[in-house]
Amino acid sequence: MTIFLFNYRLMICVIDYNVGNVESVCNAFRYINTASELTADPDKLRSATGLVLPGVAAFGFAINALGPLAELVKELALAGKPILGICVGYQMLFQQSCEYGTHKGLGLISGNVVPIPAGRVIPHMGWNSVEPPGDMDLFAGFDGAKYFYFAHSFYADVTDEQAKVAYTDYGFTLSAAVQKANIYGTQFHPEKSGPQGLQVLRNFAAFVERGAG
Amino acid sequence: MLVKRIIPCLDVKNGRVVKGVNFLNLRDAGDPVELGARYSDEGADELVFLDITATIRSRKTIVGLVEKVAENIFIPFTVGGGITTIEQMDELLRSGAEKCSVNTAAVENPTILTEGAERFGAQCVVLAIDARRRKDKPGKWQVTIKAGTEPTDLDVIEWAQKAEELGAGEILLTSMDADGTLTGYDNELNKAVSDAVNIPVIASGGAGRLEHLYDAIVLGDADAVLMASITHFETISIREMKQYLRTRGIPVNL
Repeated sequence: MTIFLFNYRLMICVIDYNVGNVESVCNAFRYINTASELTADPDKLRSATGLVLPGVAAFGFAINALGPLAELVKELALAGKPILGICVGYQMLFQQSCEYGTHKGLGLISGNVVPIPAGRVIPHMGWNSVEPPGDMDLFAGFDGAKYFYFAHSFYADVTDEQAKVAYTDYGFTLSAAVQKANIYGTQFHPEKSGPQGLQVLRNFAAFVERGAG
Repeated sequence: MLVKRIIPCLDVKNGRVVKGVNFLNLRDAGDPVELGARYSDEGADELVFLDITATIRSRKTIVGLVEKVAENIFIPFTVGGGITTIEQMDELLRSGAEKCSVNTAAVENPTILTEGAERFGAQCVVLAIDARRRKDKPGKWQVTIKAGTEPTDLDVIEWAQKAEELGAGEILLTSMDADGTLTGYDNELNKAVSDAVNIPVIASGGAGRLEHLYDAIVLGDADAVLMASITHFETISIREMKQYLRTRGIPVNL
């Protein structure tokens, strides 16, 4: 007789691809009591209930560092596994970027990563308010605008009609977060955005859990 | 709208937070992790940890501290002091720091700014400048390295502009003349550098009263204000600072 034990554990894999800031994301998940593992092991990524593509890096460096894992991440995301891209990990969800040369992204969401237009202080660095559109999972439970931490010189010009987008104002309208089915991304750093950032990660974990359950 | 940032700075020596006057006469101010957590709870927008022994004693950077801080504090923090290579920056960023600041290393080897920006993105590369007013040339400041012990021939404004070109994403601008004096920031310096570059400038050195913060933002055109003594010893809380700035019309995250 086979007994199906309820030993299932939510396991989010934070993809370790030799860029900065990976430990912070794991620390934040630990803090909110969500099991996560930092790994680049393809088998673990396949069996994960959710993926996080973190990132503090220039786009070109990041996409090269991701290397052969890029195809796997793309395949898993298209197969429905929840994925959260953060900062440059968010930017990699799009088609291409022109940061220090032209680089192809994962192409999961339509749009290109382009420089923040001149005429303001660049990088866009610090806390800016995001008005959640209301129907985005990542912002579940938020009442009104909240501040999140941004640090970037390029931004995603989202053209995907199937994507829900949250914006922030930096003298122009700048995409702050995106959701397309199981694919999520934040230009800001939820792991560095205090209590409201941790809530975004909780919301992602809750979505992962629903998908896994 | 992007808010002005309040950034407590923790100078770390032998594992303790210290603070002096004009870079001298250091006093103990507590445990870096505890103090960092306190400031984060009070609403600091960011933290800066500077390993102030590192350059002089060639001590390597403070990875262990970074890891401990990153486990408990979920706001961005910058780490600096004694960073000389891209690999050290990588280690610190991987350990949980959001940004790395370089000072002496950038003067001695400016390509570290470019290499850092190309690898980590410009937003990770903070140029720290310790500026001292020139007695021989009024209205000019000279770049000082090795924790303020060694003057250079570099002009602060020219160096700031060059560093931006090379890839620095932010400037942490400390007035050595004002540092620890509690008499206000050098806003002539802050304004001169802010006008000369297009990257964020963090005003540092001299904060003693709430209006000094306002002045640095309005007169000095600073994007962020950094303070140490005023929070470590003078017991003005971050919340009070933000409330004050808000009443004077400065956008803050409160």
